[in-house]
Amino acid sequence: MGAGERAIAIARKLGLIGLRVGVVTGDDVLDTLDFDTSVIAETGQTLSAIAPAIVSANAYIGAEPLVEALDQSAHVVIGGRIADPSLVLAALGHAFRWPAADWERLGAGIAIGHLMECGPQVTGGYFGDPGMKDVGDLARVGAPIAECWPDGTATITKLPDTGGVVSTATCTEQLLYEIHDPAAYYTPDVIADFSGVRFTPEGKDRIAVHGASGRRRPDTLKVAVGYRDGFIGEGQISYGGAGCVNRARQAADAVLARLANQGIELQEVRVDLIGLNSLFGEAQPTAAAEPPEVRLRLVARTADRASAEAVGLEVEGLWIAGPYGGGGATRAVREVIAVGSVYVPRSLVRTTVTMLEA
Amino acid sequence: MKTKLYQIAHARAGDKGNTSNVELIVYDPIYFSFVREQLTAERVKAWFGPLVTGEVVRYELPQLGALNFVLQGALGGGVTRSLAIDPHGKSRSSHLLELEVDLPE
Repeated sequence: MGAGERAIAIARKLGLIGLRVGVVTGDDVLDTLDFDTSVIAETGQTLSAIAPAIVSANAYIGAEPLVEALDQSAHVVIGGRIADPSLVLAALGHAFRWPAADWERLGAGIAIGHLMECGPQVTGGYFGDPGMKDVGDLARVGAPIAECWPDGTATITKLPDTGGVVSTATCTEQLLYEIHDPAAYYTPDVIADFSGVRFTPEGKDRIAVHGASGRRRPDTLKVAVGYRDGFIGEGQISYGGAGCVNRARQAADAVLARLANQGIELQEVRVDLIGLNSLFGEAQPTAAAEPPEVRLRLVARTADRASAEAVGLEVEGLWIAGPYGGGGATRAVREVIAVGSVYVPRSLVRTTVTMLEA
Repeated sequence: MKTKLYQIAHARAGDKGNTSNVELIVYDPIYFSFVREQLTAERVKAWFGPLVTGEVVRYELPQLGALNFVLQGALGGGVTRSLAIDPHGKSRSSHLLELEVDLPE
């Protein structure tokens, strides 16, 4: 609601008198969740077991309340944890008057929403690989446009004077992005089925999408529960030239020994040599030649902030008490807000639409 | 002829909770049958080794020349609590493309 009021204030300042803002509330279910019976899917813990650490609980909201706001002539709709593809589905449901239980068309709308929800990720962003997948004028990559039809089909395109590319390849990459079973993509609105999707080129930077479907929406809604889960402390330092990998390894061993000598408890430790193994770790084939430089990244999980601080401080201490030639030490500490999933009956989540006018 | 997947396919990775998905799309449909036959879920699980603590499930979309690999228990407990430098696992698409397949001459 605060965001809605802020939007109204900005609209008035800009002279947009009459601008209508629909505010969708109800995703915050922290006060209505039953902590004793709600179980975090990832860990199997009940919420009661971690109650003091819980900071938030937000249910994924579908298109229904957004359509309600649009039907009341909202120019802007603001809500909490709205499922990403439901934003586009709401616009389609409002414009085409799609019935609430037309699962096949709702599934098709979710497919369009999923293609659109990451902006330029469907128009050449996060796609290019010079020489293999060339993307022209990446600096001015165009925002996606979906030209939609009442039957649930659409054409994905972008403005002609923008950079990037819309192709079957860019659309296929985005269709499967963050998807598990393509035949059962769970959203609050529908279980969408992308398994029969086809893309047809219609001209330069124009791809038609058809064949998406869906079936009855799930009876439960996913709730993202945020809870405090300790701290992460990190330090980094670079080594170059002959012997750099061995020096970085010796540095890491010394830091870990010094932390242990001080009795600092580390719940989980990770040592990366950036340039050698930081992304794929042991899954990475061993490099044949020594790299010209590596950056040591030592990171650990701790119960308290002071222990996390100590990790970075010890890495920084390598400047005066580590192997030769270490440079560019940096350190960081952050508190972890872990996110777990709880599934609740749909009836537990009651949304409200409030209309504000500038 | 052994060929890196990189030469015949492109990939993108995404995250959801502690699960990672890596999709593979062949540039030319003629490669799809070879990729489907040789790139089993077991082989992909072995290739990712300690990065994946759970099961690998494979989904097929032949009309798009695509396979989708779902890697469970693969993101250090989830994006916000992972110690990894790439907590979303987005760079794993490039690790998959390092795998080799055998193509007829």
